[in-house]
Amino acid sequence: MESSQENRSPDRDGPIVRPYALTAGRTRPSGSSIDLVASVLAVGDAAEAEPGLEPEHRQVLRLCRTPMSVADLASGIDLPLGVVRVLIADLRDRGLVEVHQPASAPVRDLRILQEVADALRRL
Amino acid sequence: MLYADSDPLAPRPRDSRATAPVTIKILIAGGFGAGKTTMVASVSEVRPLRTEEELSEPGSRLDHLDGVEAKSTTTVAMDFGRITISDDLVVYLFGTPGQTRFWFMWDELAYGALGAVVLADTRRLADCFGSIDYFERVGMPFVVAVNCFDGARRYPIRTMRAALNLPEEVPLLLCDARQRSSSRDVLVALVEHALTRLRGTGPVTSAR
Repeated sequence: MESSQENRSPDRDGPIVRPYALTAGRTRPSGSSIDLVASVLAVGDAAEAEPGLEPEHRQVLRLCRTPMSVADLASGIDLPLGVVRVLIADLRDRGLVEVHQPASAPVRDLRILQEVADALRRL
Repeated sequence: MLYADSDPLAPRPRDSRATAPVTIKILIAGGFGAGKTTMVASVSEVRPLRTEEELSEPGSRLDHLDGVEAKSTTTVAMDFGRITISDDLVVYLFGTPGQTRFWFMWDELAYGALGAVVLADTRRLADCFGSIDYFERVGMPFVVAVNCFDGARRYPIRTMRAALNLPEEVPLLLCDARQRSSSRDVLVALVEHALTRLRGTGPVTSAR
């Protein structure tokens, strides 16, 4: 699959396979659920060199060298959210990424919210 | 110092590489065609985001607006916008899918959200009732923003508040979702409303 994708541009040519073919038909990630704004971070610098990864796994790893939200990852790779969640779970299973779930309760720190309100006012 | 969650005893690591920003999630809800996409686009850096969903029935009843055809496929394009306030603080806007067949996605979108904007269209006011009911039920702070479409009849705020059966404490504003400044004002009103509610309830312990 890697070689057939080398000369393609997803922007120009569109997706080469149906989305869940990338995940071997799996539509649910393994392990605990992964929130839309969960933060994903690649573990170590050698993760991308791991054997047995699909190109899309490596794309995820490249993007989350610094912490990146699941929604930003899906948007950046331009794959459906469900597919990206399965890919992230694969990487989590192999210890190649850390997934930090957001707090279940919204931010309640008044200073942070005031900072948000002030920043929005300046938009 | 910013904290990642509501536990004040858990300072976040300051190593910039390992530090995820604090994320503020805001939902933009309302009926189909009420201006959710427009609002997200006018006020934030829009990102393409889609999800694949199994659909058992076509949404024929609602597919009557221009450009709607694409929404009858199993790919759901989500309104997703990002406002980067600082390296430590990011606001995410998520439009809630307007069609009733996507209600199942709401709980996930609502998880951990700070609050919601309910966009209303005076020509189809009833389309936003479901959104208001939802946020009242889950106890999430929300504001109602009446999107002033060209040619749509204007009503006094009092009349609209009565029609929506909206309590006094829920802010009701007029807006033009196409205008960045107007959409910004709606978001500010929401954050201020959330702040007011938090101050009113005093210190809140972690909900975990």
